[in-house]
Amino acid sequence: MMFTETPLVRRKLRQERLAKWIFFGMTASMIIPLVLIVGYLVERAWPSLSLSFLVDVPARGMKEGGVWPALVGTIYLVVLSLAVSAPVGVLAAVYLNEYARDNWFNRIINLAVINLAGVPSIVHALFGLGAFVYAARFGYSIISASLTLAIMTLPVIIASTREALASVPRSFREACWNVGATRWQTIKAVVLPNSISGILTGIILQVSRAAGETAPIMFTGAVFFKAVDKGDLFPYGLREQCMALSMHLYTLSTQVPGVKESVPFATAVVLLGSVLVVNATAIILRGYLRSRKKW
Amino acid sequence: MSTAAQIVVQDLRLAYGHKEVLHGISFDIRRNEIFGVIGPAQSGKTSLLRCLNRTIDFTPDTRVTGSVLVDGEDVRQTRNVFALRRKIGMVAPLPVGLPMSIYDNVAFAPRCAGMSRKSELDGIVEQCLRQGALWDEVKDRLDSLGTKLSGGQQQRLTIARALSHQPEILCLDEFSIAIDPVTTMRIEDVLKELRRNMTIILVTNLTQQARRLADRTLFLWKGAIVELDRSEVIFSDHPGNRQTYEYVNGIFG
Ligand SMILES: Nc1ncnc2c1ncn2[C@@H]1O[C@H](COP(=O)(O)OP(=O)(O)O)[C@@H](O)[C@H]1O
Ligand SMILES: [Mg+2]
Repeated sequence: MMFTETPLVRRKLRQERLAKWIFFGMTASMIIPLVLIVGYLVERAWPSLSLSFLVDVPARGMKEGGVWPALVGTIYLVVLSLAVSAPVGVLAAVYLNEYARDNWFNRIINLAVINLAGVPSIVHALFGLGAFVYAARFGYSIISASLTLAIMTLPVIIASTREALASVPRSFREACWNVGATRWQTIKAVVLPNSISGILTGIILQVSRAAGETAPIMFTGAVFFKAVDKGDLFPYGLREQCMALSMHLYTLSTQVPGVKESVPFATAVVLLGSVLVVNATAIILRGYLRSRKKW
Repeated sequence: MSTAAQIVVQDLRLAYGHKEVLHGISFDIRRNEIFGVIGPAQSGKTSLLRCLNRTIDFTPDTRVTGSVLVDGEDVRQTRNVFALRRKIGMVAPLPVGLPMSIYDNVAFAPRCAGMSRKSELDGIVEQCLRQGALWDEVKDRLDSLGTKLSGGQQQRLTIARALSHQPEILCLDEFSIAIDPVTTMRIEDVLKELRRNMTIILVTNLTQQARRLADRTLFLWKGAIVELDRSEVIFSDHPGNRQTYEYVNGIFG
């Protein structure tokens, strides 16, 4: 009778079930804070939530009205900062992963990238103030704020891009080198096409980070209020300051007395909503590109 | 078979960091022969091949001394390593279908060398896949992925790719390690066909394979040459060195 359950086997099975449920429970419990946050925000924001809240400008000394200038300002900042950090970051990562030899210079660069990723955003803010606002004479402006955000997102983009590149097996590269391909021909033909999904996902995830940070833009180019026409898509010049969602939320919650209660919450919902939409796009894109994975 | 040396290796030393793995070996390989290389794992066979086509350059912290002449030109001095690598086809132990179509797998090397005319590429793809004994199996699906072929098919695709840049020398590094015996025999037949106009370096873990195919066989052990002779001698009951006899007959200590 080889296959009867001994007490030992029964105990092992019980432990196995218990372990599985504990792990599952921990995973499931992560959803609770998200649901609570979103639920709480939406409930408090409800009276103000409408499409017009998006395109209206703040009214009556910001006590009522919508978030249009801040929404557009955030889009400006995010797009401009990623327009700088994405190409620089991807090219740097390709260099570090595909070309760089293991010497002291590159080891220092690696160390710098890792440490830069850990610098608190308030420090980036101060750096941006000194470097872009004053030293480079961009003044308090969208340019200064975007460049500060770019510096902040750069190391993370480098890290995520390197990870994506490293996921392409070395044997593919060797096979290309063996037939007389240069490094660049190899990168073009095999490495980039097969890591592009990871690279894009890494970049898109930085959108939410750039959109959410307050300190770096507060020091370098975001303002409390700027008069903008309702629905105007190009209200700001690059050398001007702009409003931004994160900063706007801070202003409404702490600086303006007598704000209609639901307005800050609605602003938070807009910020969170746009971030979730962008992240969902990243996940869907990754899923799509993975489904076309070639090995 | 001509006896002119096509590859001359002189006092070749190779070190990874401080670890020397080839201890100054010298030998030559003749034009259009099948040159077998046998020896236990870690004896430096793969490293030797990587010195020939200079892919050793891709491993950081290596030191190479001595010389490797291919058709009289020292590969360590050559300005155009890409042309050198095209002159030497290389087949790695594990099959590698590149993550692109079967057609592109074979057309990749000619394209890298600057060829772009469709008719020329078509010709090369068909010829190399035929030479690799794969044409009949894939001719109707040249645009499907090279990575989705079976292991044995991928190894033949790898051989087709190694032939696609029209090498004069073909190196095979333990090509049968991950494929089935039937495919192995098919590839051996391919090699017998190719030897007419190509020099073949056959590194193998199967000593019997060297016995079947190689004109001469080199026994490499711990980065040094134990014996190099005609295969009849190496695989006879009385090779020049007792170690050779023991290794070939599986009683190696
Ligand atoms: N990239 C590498 N870095 C460091 N040592 C290596 C590397 N490749 C091979 N070696 C060492 O070189 C020696 C010979 O290895 P190899 O040429 O692969 O032998 P074989 O192909 O005969 O099995 C081994 O001791 C191995 O550990
Ligand atoms: Mg080997």
